[in-house]
Amino acid sequence: METRYDLNKNLAQMLKGGVIMDVTNEEEAIIAEKAGACAVMALERVPSDIRRDGGVARMSDPKMIKNIQQAVSIPVMAKVRIGHFVEAQILEAIEIDYIDESEVLTPADNVYHIDKRKFKVPFVCGARNLGEALRRIGEGAAMIRTKGEAGTGDVVEAVKHMRTVTSEMKKIASMDEEELMNAAKELFAPYELVKYVHEHKKLPVVNFAAGGIATPADAALMMQLGCDGVFVGSGIFKSGNPQKRAEAIVKAVTYYNDPVMLAELSEDLGEAMSGISVQSLEENNRLADRGW
Amino acid sequence: MKIGVLAMQGAFMEHINALKKLDVEAMSIRDEKDFDMIDGLIIPGGESTAIGKLLTVFNLKEKLQNKIEQGLPVWGTCAGMIILAKKIAGLDITHIPVMDVEVVRNAYGRQLGSFAVNEEIRGIKNGPFPMVFIRAPYIKQVGGNVSILAEVNGKIVAAREKNMLVTSFHPELTGDLRMHQFFINMIKEKNQF
Repeated sequence: METRYDLNKNLAQMLKGGVIMDVTNEEEAIIAEKAGACAVMALERVPSDIRRDGGVARMSDPKMIKNIQQAVSIPVMAKVRIGHFVEAQILEAIEIDYIDESEVLTPADNVYHIDKRKFKVPFVCGARNLGEALRRIGEGAAMIRTKGEAGTGDVVEAVKHMRTVTSEMKKIASMDEEELMNAAKELFAPYELVKYVHEHKKLPVVNFAAGGIATPADAALMMQLGCDGVFVGSGIFKSGNPQKRAEAIVKAVTYYNDPVMLAELSEDLGEAMSGISVQSLEENNRLADRGW
Repeated sequence: MKIGVLAMQGAFMEHINALKKLDVEAMSIRDEKDFDMIDGLIIPGGESTAIGKLLTVFNLKEKLQNKIEQGLPVWGTCAGMIILAKKIAGLDITHIPVMDVEVVRNAYGRQLGSFAVNEEIRGIKNGPFPMVFIRAPYIKQVGGNVSILAEVNGKIVAAREKNMLVTSFHPELTGDLRMHQFFINMIKEKNQF
């Protein structure tokens, strides 16, 4: 019989091939839904504004999230700080569809992530490599995303994280069984999950791209690298024509293998978000290094 | 026999994998030209607004409607059921309005309302079927030519009208292949493979 965790992994499967968009109010949520988003992430400030403003970034006002739940019929996600299980309890109380335990907000715990198995609602977590992904799944995450480098409009980190996970999975898949315990030790990952990857040659949950995706080409790139779908944060509503860009990214995720189509839908999108190159970021401004 | 799975958005690979286990050729479908290559079509689970939007912008709705009206066997799971319904409760819009059912979207609420049960389905032998409901719809009302195949707590969750089959739940997530076999048999009846 299906457990609550199975049902939560199943919801992520329904989001595949889709785009999850950051929205900060009802109007943006409606634009996202009309553009074909498969879910929205409700938050008070998109990552590029959080980066600009500095200070402590926390869970959004539940009222703002509830207004967005009222405005759209697609799943609504929201972020909590790493380790802040009470913020997660609050989001569960308002029946959020997915919680993102996110490095984009200021971490509340420098050591522990949330014990996500204690919750009925599902969690998605960011990962830079296979070990990190399997640790989060071990804690109960029902979906994984690349961390990328949120709020930059620079896709380079998302690419790095996806390529790292893929190449580490290939390595595990090609190992002999007696090598797996040592691999688990080196990855700091639960043995049973390493064994799962060895047997199935994939993660036990859906894996999306996130962090720095700003164009239809970026989205298609992540899909061709093997992601199941795409989160777009600041990339849409910080661009010149959010509606058109949102629609183009949705189409690009469906037709990610069709360069003629991608050329067509990349035309005339107006200005992309201006962005910051990740290389130019000082180390203490790198969000991906939050969490372990 | 070749079955296409509509690959706009959602869980299309899960259906393709289930069909492959039954030794049926299965392909993901995104282009109009592919519609003529298939003997049956599955519209998978996902978000019906996203799938509907993509069908609209790529002008696929009318072509699909014609194919289904000409007899192409089609099976909609969850979002796919919403796509095929002639009426969606509380909304003025429809997507490919071919099947005489009125459906309620997100009828069990948000993700906390998602659930699984084992229930009998008419036409499916060897005991109850594992039904997985993910932010699922149900059927509120059916027209005269629609046969009801399954109900859960008094709500209709599976139905058939001629060449059209719909389920609120997701057989492709369970490993139980009997519903897929049922759909394959529908195609066989029509085409005498």
